[in-house]
Amino acid sequence: MADHKTIHHHQKEPLVRIAKRSDMARGKKWCIRIGAILLALAVGCLFVAVLGHNPIAVYKEIVTGSLGGPSVRRVTVRVAIPLLGAALAIAPAFKMRFWNIGAEGQIMMGGIAASYFALYWFDKLPKPALLLVMALASIVAGGIWGLIPAFFKAKWGTNETLFTLMLNYIALGIEAYLQNGPWKDPKGTGFPIIAMFDQNARLPKVFGVHIGWIVVLALTVGMFLYMKYSKHGYEIAVVGESERTARYAGMNVAKIIMRTMFLSGAIAGLMGFLVVSGADYTLNTGTSGGVGFTAIIVAWLAHLNPFVMVLIAGLLAILTKGSNAIQTSFKIPASAADVLSAIILFFMLGCEFFINYRLVFRHREPDSGEEASA
Amino acid sequence: MQETPVNAVEFHNITKTFGSIVANHNVSLELRKGEILSLLGENGSGKTTLMNMLAGIYFPEHGHIVVNGEEVAIRSPKDAFDLKIGMIHQHFKLVDVFTAAENIVLGLREKGKFDRKAIAKQIREISARYGFDLDPDRKVYDMAVSEKQTVEIIKVLYRGADVLILDEPTAVLTPQETEKLFQVLRNMKADGKSIVIITHKLNEVMAISDRVAVLRKGEYIATVDTRDTDPQALTDMMVGRAVTLNIDRPVPRDPQERLVVDSLTCTDGEGVKVLDNVSFTANGGEILGIAGIAGSGQRELCEAIAGLYPVVSGSILYNSRQDPGRSEDLVGKSPRAIRNLGVSLAFVPEDRLGMGLVGSMGMIGNMMLKTYGKGRRVFLETRSSRDLAEEIRERLEVVTPSVDTPVRRLSGGNVQKVLVGREIASAPSLLMVAYPVRGLDINSSYTIYRLLNEQKEAGVAVIYVGEDLDVLLQLCDRIVVLCGGKVSGVVDGRTVTKEEVGLLMTQTGEVDRRG
Repeated sequence: MADHKTIHHHQKEPLVRIAKRSDMARGKKWCIRIGAILLALAVGCLFVAVLGHNPIAVYKEIVTGSLGGPSVRRVTVRVAIPLLGAALAIAPAFKMRFWNIGAEGQIMMGGIAASYFALYWFDKLPKPALLLVMALASIVAGGIWGLIPAFFKAKWGTNETLFTLMLNYIALGIEAYLQNGPWKDPKGTGFPIIAMFDQNARLPKVFGVHIGWIVVLALTVGMFLYMKYSKHGYEIAVVGESERTARYAGMNVAKIIMRTMFLSGAIAGLMGFLVVSGADYTLNTGTSGGVGFTAIIVAWLAHLNPFVMVLIAGLLAILTKGSNAIQTSFKIPASAADVLSAIILFFMLGCEFFINYRLVFRHREPDSGEEASA
Repeated sequence: MQETPVNAVEFHNITKTFGSIVANHNVSLELRKGEILSLLGENGSGKTTLMNMLAGIYFPEHGHIVVNGEEVAIRSPKDAFDLKIGMIHQHFKLVDVFTAAENIVLGLREKGKFDRKAIAKQIREISARYGFDLDPDRKVYDMAVSEKQTVEIIKVLYRGADVLILDEPTAVLTPQETEKLFQVLRNMKADGKSIVIITHKLNEVMAISDRVAVLRKGEYIATVDTRDTDPQALTDMMVGRAVTLNIDRPVPRDPQERLVVDSLTCTDGEGVKVLDNVSFTANGGEILGIAGIAGSGQRELCEAIAGLYPVVSGSILYNSRQDPGRSEDLVGKSPRAIRNLGVSLAFVPEDRLGMGLVGSMGMIGNMMLKTYGKGRRVFLETRSSRDLAEEIRERLEVVTPSVDTPVRRLSGGNVQKVLVGREIASAPSLLMVAYPVRGLDINSSYTIYRLLNEQKEAGVAVIYVGEDLDVLLQLCDRIVVLCGGKVSGVVDGRTVTKEEVGLLMTQTGEVDRRG
């Protein structure tokens, strides 16, 4: 009888429940993360095998194709630079719970502003002065592009997610207009492209990669200090936690939102300068190239910690460069290579769920005392 | 075994945890048919969690529940209703734009057409049977809190509940309304319903219940017959040791006018007056109580004084303590402007983690909330905040793993100690506290009363916004009673009775005995 009752009880209990975890030990968290990546690689194996390739060879190619030599390493670093920079740009905004998904447009506006001076002032200034002017212009342009949604949010409470997203398309439209009209290269044989920059407007290289890598590493340290130890960083954290608390503390919330978004846009704008002047030597519709969106993943996976962002941005750059490499050496289509990187990203993001929650299955209930007595 | 009456509900060895927090540990108790059982315990003792498992909100990790002699698994509120169990939650779950009747039948899946007349008739029958007073066609947004509660109770009865659980039903009621509710509960009991009333108010336990079950820190302590016990014995069971229940009230020395609020009027976003021509004076060396039903303008009044709520008209004059003769009008000034004038005002808001503190920061980060901006340096100066945090932790016995632990993880009482500690540390001459003991255990509550009295004796003007009339009458020198945003009376805390304050809260009385 007791036996029957126990079974009855168990069948009526929900099969799976989700329970919030209390804080997990750091080591265990990393175990879950590494486990997730291994699982992702395993699933990727299946996918590659279905495509008819040897998974081990493909994975090997991803690594050698992104880290296997000085020239590919340089490309990988070049991919990582704007990714890291944009993630650093997003960090203070996200800390403030201001969902800036407009880094894409802010990068583009920075690139446009820098390009103006590169195209029309290259013979008027010495190289260092020209580069400095380009950098400043990109900072101001990106900053203003970040300030606009912040202003509307602070004054009238508009939704920043939509606002920043829409500004991306406006920035892209401005670039397309310039490329097809006023800034079109007359020597472009009819193609609507912008001319390559003069040597004067190109960033110098250190260890074979443009000096942008030094800039973003310096920014990493700076952002860490700013967020953690500065008064501004403190204000950002309080506003992000609760605007009511910020007002209670006597903070000028509108000013903090606008200042922080100017900073966020400015850093993103500076990345636009690094891309046009350091990597592409020209401006085109691909200048921002989705970096502003991918950077959200970087910032989020790093829990807004600048130093962890370096790691994540590097990892994503390896994936990007590696998947380019397998496209050429295995004739894997670009879309399939993207699926492979997406699988890895999916598992990395998904494992955060298992760090915060656990699933409780019916049969794992340790109320076996009842069963034992039955 | 056969002779004992069948229990309506039995809990057997119930355990429920949330992460590392054990809300209920091995709790067994029973509810008899046709009785009123008080479930008594301090905040955080697991009363509501236990009852939520009966109402289908949570599912126990261990143990089982027996209803009418049969073991059951209650997985959803619907399962609970099928077992004729209904819970009236502390926070009402009603649709404002619907009528009482519409809210009552909401979610019922009955076949056939929606027959308003039949429903209204049935609601009237239930009302008449138990002594409720409810118009089924009235919209919820037109209702007072007590009426909303009536809707919630009838909603449960309409679904045929035989077991009713009421979670802190009197928290939002005046003494008169409470008495009316109790009469209704007695009528239900006479009709054979079994009732659980969750509460931490001892006088109510004594007045209404047949038996009292006591929980402490998630553990079941005991069940006693109400007639065999008294408030002191219950308190000792609840807290786990002997406690004295008296609050000190020293006689004010040399009270001086510190804050003069004159004809203060504020409106909300829709232009409705939330404060209407409010005038009163708060004196240094005195505790001034603010009483009223929840939502009578208490929050707006505090925030207006602190510079956080826009003022339409009137004045708030602050007379400087350091600089006699100087007075400032606080109206239209931001909190920072008020501070820059040298007005030493401390404010403990009712929403502790949403306004007074930053939940994700530790004590250190919270200590500097109002002072971080001092000086021209770019970087934060944390040393003095760390010292202050350590000092408050020691002096107020704040239980926290470290001064860096996010305050969100602390218990309600410790959170409040951090907040009150910081505000008192700013050496205010005016201290405003809103519901400072809400959610605190008895021990922490008495610590807070002691701190407020220390401030009073140091000459600070203390404004105490409270909800528990017993405490207001024991602690405050004078009490301002708010009703619908207006001052309905200013009374002397030493001579006024609870009933008189209750009448003023609903503005049915004409008492005005200025202290």
